[in-house]
Amino acid sequence: MMLKIENLHASIEDKTILRGVNLELNAGEVHAIMGPNGSGKSTLASVLIGREGYDVSGSVSYQGQDLLALSPEDRAAAGVFLAFQHPVEIPGVGNLYFMRTALNSLRRQRGQEELDAVDFLALAQERMKLVEMDQTFMGRSVNEGFSGGEKKRNEILQMAILEPTFAILDETDSGLDIDALRVVANGVNALRSEGRAMLVITHHQRLLDYIVPDRVHVMAAGQIVRSGDRDLAVELEEHGYAGMGQQRNSEAPTPVGATR
Amino acid sequence: MTIATALGGVLASLERQAGNRPDRDPAWLAEARLAALGWVGAHGFPTSKDEDWKYTGLDPILAVPFEAAAAGTARRVSADMIDAAAVDLGGPRLVFVNGHFAAALSRLTGLPAGAEVTNLAAVLAAGPERLEPFFSHPPGEHHAFASFNDVLAEDGAFIHLTPGTSVDEPIQLVFFSDTGGVPLMSSPRSVILAEPGSRATIVETYAGIDGDVYCTNAVTEAVLAEDAQIEHYKVQDEPVSAFHLALLDVRQGRNSRFSSRSVMLGSAIARHEVRVLLEDVGAEVSLDGVYLPQGDQVHDNTIFVDHAATNCTSHQLYKGVLDGRGHGVFNGHIMVRAGADGTDANQNNKNLILSDHAEVDTRPRLEIYTDDVKCAHGAAVGQLDEEALLYLRARAIPLAAARGLLIYAFVHEMVDRIELEPLRSQLETLVACRFARGDQLVQP
Repeated sequence: MMLKIENLHASIEDKTILRGVNLELNAGEVHAIMGPNGSGKSTLASVLIGREGYDVSGSVSYQGQDLLALSPEDRAAAGVFLAFQHPVEIPGVGNLYFMRTALNSLRRQRGQEELDAVDFLALAQERMKLVEMDQTFMGRSVNEGFSGGEKKRNEILQMAILEPTFAILDETDSGLDIDALRVVANGVNALRSEGRAMLVITHHQRLLDYIVPDRVHVMAAGQIVRSGDRDLAVELEEHGYAGMGQQRNSEAPTPVGATR
Repeated sequence: MTIATALGGVLASLERQAGNRPDRDPAWLAEARLAALGWVGAHGFPTSKDEDWKYTGLDPILAVPFEAAAAGTARRVSADMIDAAAVDLGGPRLVFVNGHFAAALSRLTGLPAGAEVTNLAAVLAAGPERLEPFFSHPPGEHHAFASFNDVLAEDGAFIHLTPGTSVDEPIQLVFFSDTGGVPLMSSPRSVILAEPGSRATIVETYAGIDGDVYCTNAVTEAVLAEDAQIEHYKVQDEPVSAFHLALLDVRQGRNSRFSSRSVMLGSAIARHEVRVLLEDVGAEVSLDGVYLPQGDQVHDNTIFVDHAATNCTSHQLYKGVLDGRGHGVFNGHIMVRAGADGTDANQNNKNLILSDHAEVDTRPRLEIYTDDVKCAHGAAVGQLDEEALLYLRARAIPLAAARGLLIYAFVHEMVDRIELEPLRSQLETLVACRFARGDQLVQP
């Protein structure tokens, strides 16, 4: 098993957000997590990559390691990747330089030889085809002035370059039109492999038409309240999240923004 | 504090030198020096009550019994030491040791016929009357340290460009200090005279030996006539055992263009004051500065731009990165005189604070006495973007390197403005190393 989350709780500034998440993920699998705003989906992603500021309890075992004990950079070096929901703009840091620094940091921490600028450029150019990006993006500062769709493609490009073992895609479909969605989904699908697991966080079933998951989980009020195959996503699309939170966890309080 | 106690050592050494001084100085200079000394005696040194010195305490400087640096101490300094302090730009290079010209370390070849590049002492010996306008400004026009430079200055660079002369190679001025264990005050005085339509690039570098206690009290004056263009750079990389006080005084004629880019790295207390008088129509000035105090360093940028004619333009962009208990000052004052219509002036100061104990005082000021102007100013103080740090760390970049990368990105804009290639590379390395913190070197 690649990832095992047990009874994961997280709170921030005395506000409890995750209330006992349990999840198992095997290599090669793609799982989707759906749920209304405020159900804790993005917090789960944040806790998994090591964002500071949360009080966390429970356990997360990743390839047999205690993931929660690692710093964000060590998690990344161990193969954990998050495609951010809101990728930050970093003026003054070139996109190409940033990605080479990232890949070389990862390679160094793994005891691999670093890539020089020429070899890296060749690699980047090849991976850019996956997300239909042209080279002008590489000369610009990281995400600076990128449209919403360009930022999301830039995230998937980083995933293609860093080749993580476990990738979390946090609302990668939000703000994308149908063409951009197709490009991003094609990129993600090309990166599916036997050795790689993915956790796809989304609001909408639409993304799952393109990235077909092995399992679908529904999150509400900080817990996974239902799990099933992809038909669960279709059911959600038809009936919405209404009532979903009560089926297994009637004691869970109403999450902010959730519809009952 | 009176001059009798403050810098008493310098005074004592002045008295010791008094015997031979009248022989060398023409009467007007002896008078000017006396007047300047009298001014300091009457007014004393600035205190925190003086508007322009409010943020930078001088007590640590005034407590040291400095002696005035004498000529003839250059023999301990090797060409390698100079090369290490200031990357050789390949053109003419004047080296000064403790403020005195070191001919053996200098190179004055490759200059066009219309460019006179020499040292001030040589001019004082051969035709001192040319310097009279520079030493005979009304007493008290500046302040105690500029006056003190009037009293003590014997040498420095002298650059005279005749009309239409264009010097392609950068003229490099290296001010190196080697005290030999005696706390020295060196007082270089440089003069740049750019006649109509002349052009040159001038790079000043200040450096010394780690552990040496000294005070550089430098004055550089530039006078640009019509259509003259001077590109000026200043790198202040003195050891943290030293102090650095400098005044760059610029007067600009019609349609002249002056730019100055300052990089402050060193010194315990450093103050770089720039005063620009835009005295004729259409003059343009652009001033940039980076200051990076850390440890207990103080870096003070005091700027006064005086728009005294119509249609002049001034731009200022200063960026500071403050770490440790470092203290930065941006004190920028733009004056737009009555009648200076069509003025376009802006000033911007941005600061990045890296530690809880670092401090910055930022004070952009506009003083406007006419209506037809376009003026803007702004100041910002911030910390490293936590979201950006997480983003980089989530891409396997270790915390220290991620911080270095973001800091470097903040100042990179300034280094990028340096068009002189070997100088830009040297500064990129200096700045990058400063923030790499023993981790991997972060440098694009």
